[in-house]
Amino acid sequence: MTDASLSPSGITPGAPARPSLSARDALLKKRHRSEKLFRAQGVAAIVVAMIFLVVLVGRILVQGYSTFETHTLTVPVYLNPERIDTSALEGVNYDYIVAEAMMKKLGVQDDDLGTVSSKVQALVSRDFGNQLLQRVKKDHSLIGKTVEVTGSVKADADLYYKGEIKRSTAEEDRKLDNQQLDWLDRLKKDGTVKTGFNTQFFTNSDSTEPEQAGVWGAVIGSAMMLVITALIAIPVGVMAAVYLEEFAPKNRWTDIIEVNINNLAAVPSIVYGLLGLALFINWLHVPRGSPLVGGLVLALMALPTVIIATRSALKAVPPSIREAALGVGASKAQTVFHHVLPLAMPGVMTGAILSLAHALGETAPLLMIGMVAFVPGAPESFTSSATVLPVQVFIWENASERAFHERTAAAIIVLLVFMIVMNAAAVILRRRFERRW
Amino acid sequence: MPTENRDDTIAHAPALAAAIPAGHGHVTTGEFKIRARDVNVFYGEKQALFDVSLDVPAKSVTAFIGPSGCGKSTFLRCINRMNDTIPSARVVGSIEIDGADVNAKTVDPVVLRSRVGMVFQKPNPFPKTIFENVAYGPKIHGLASRKDELEAIVESSLKKAGLWNEVSDRLHQPGTGLSGGQQQRLVIARAIAVSPEVILMDEPCSALDPIATAKIEELIDELRSQYCIVIVTHSMAQAARVSQKTAFFHLGKLVESGPTEEMFTNPRDTRTQDYITGRFG
Repeated sequence: MTDASLSPSGITPGAPARPSLSARDALLKKRHRSEKLFRAQGVAAIVVAMIFLVVLVGRILVQGYSTFETHTLTVPVYLNPERIDTSALEGVNYDYIVAEAMMKKLGVQDDDLGTVSSKVQALVSRDFGNQLLQRVKKDHSLIGKTVEVTGSVKADADLYYKGEIKRSTAEEDRKLDNQQLDWLDRLKKDGTVKTGFNTQFFTNSDSTEPEQAGVWGAVIGSAMMLVITALIAIPVGVMAAVYLEEFAPKNRWTDIIEVNINNLAAVPSIVYGLLGLALFINWLHVPRGSPLVGGLVLALMALPTVIIATRSALKAVPPSIREAALGVGASKAQTVFHHVLPLAMPGVMTGAILSLAHALGETAPLLMIGMVAFVPGAPESFTSSATVLPVQVFIWENASERAFHERTAAAIIVLLVFMIVMNAAAVILRRRFERRW
Repeated sequence: MPTENRDDTIAHAPALAAAIPAGHGHVTTGEFKIRARDVNVFYGEKQALFDVSLDVPAKSVTAFIGPSGCGKSTFLRCINRMNDTIPSARVVGSIEIDGADVNAKTVDPVVLRSRVGMVFQKPNPFPKTIFENVAYGPKIHGLASRKDELEAIVESSLKKAGLWNEVSDRLHQPGTGLSGGQQQRLVIARAIAVSPEVILMDEPCSALDPIATAKIEELIDELRSQYCIVIVTHSMAQAARVSQKTAFFHLGKLVESGPTEEMFTNPRDTRTQDYITGRFG
């Protein structure tokens, strides 16, 4: 060794002296730089994704939250026996009786043309008249008495209270004139109109009157449709996957089947709608627009995803478990159903629920099978006409009345909550079934 | 290179040596549990075993040694037809257990595997409780009709596997929560529970520490009195410690087999000698 004090033992003499541990040469700097760059790109990508998410959810919330607030009005109504023909209760103009009560409340008189009464009628929901009819039908003795009726204000009045219709807008450009706005201000001031949580939005079904329209029918329709989808797609998909993965011989035919399943997963959903129209409606005569036909179509759509998810979950089960079961003399089927499938269950569940969540949000194929009709109620059976949440969103978005637009956003919020609940269920199920090996 | 079966005798049965012609014949005695003749195994196009002929004595331990990829595990898996699970695998030749060909069409691998248990390299208990692990085999084979019978089988199996004292108070806890050595003994108990005649062990100690290994070896020695045990091992020392007969495989061929003591002290083939003395492998 030429320089024993500098070169540590083990380094051959004549080799260049090693740099100190803290020295950074050009190559090292380059390596650090590229790593920093990569991390920065990753952070940037996440930030961009988060911005999109916040904008999306924020916009929907801002547009939709006001739906959850509503303005209700309580008014004493005198059931004038002169106006009620007891032989034809259905034919009575209850709306006018309500208008009379409102005019009395506001201290105004109707003119000969009925302009005042129609202006008053434009402020309260037609629900009032309907409520009167139901109550009178139930109890004839109410005629001649005064009853208290509570209901929501008309959508336009609601929009005024929420600041969507402004007094500063020119009178001819808004749906309510100055007199109507004055009345609304008075009703609000004297406490006749109250602000509250809009339960009707959750308990009512679709309606032509925006203030009465709700998502109940669509939620039930979606739930019924998903039941059909789950009952078909999950057992069929899981069994197909188990057969393909565990039992089927590996040959050209199974390769072809596998490729086709993967391709089916990528087929645009509207194509499934066309298939459903031809197969289920035209050929098998399943009722149009029913939860049954919707569920069948979505089951076809979800099937490839369920198969693919199940197969990958089965593949992830360690072969040592299969060997263990076969080694003690379990048959192939016992091995699969006692050991492999239970271990794959968390993955199967996750895949199945995610594909159901996907099916829940599907709109296009349902439009093809006639689910776009106006359905003012929850479906009574799997074969009656139904509407579902995404289609309800689609219908309301196309409505001309402005009050429907805030309902569109609110329905989207309900749909998102439905999905979050399903995804949470997927996570919980996965945790519960998860076992380590 | 033709297979060489120098000596089919085991140490305590020298009289049989003359009775058994090497390489062929159909003499079946109580002393030999498994008789393999001209076994060839193919994985697709690749041949993994060449003309292996070997007799495995009953109620003793036979060790298969050899470098990695020499075919000893392949041969082991032929005995209980675990190779059936590999689609490309093809087995030619005859393997008889008590004179019955295991590859015969009439033999159901499910029945075969209940008589030929197997213990794998990595402990692989089911992710279930200790009790369920041991009870699974008897349950599917219908060995117990009542719950107390099943409990008796589980207890005696765990006792035979030397695990009872350690787990008797936690039978309903997961088997995967045991230590590696305990798991391997649990797996042995699971194999014993279906009352097999043969137990195949594929490098059962390679994932274990020396203390756990010593326990397993002790257990193997105890089980020898009741079962025909075949063990694949990488450890020459282990083969010398636990086995009465040793077979040396190299490149898919059975190079030589014979009583363990003789094999280690006086190997006939130079390859065996080189391997045993650590010159390759």
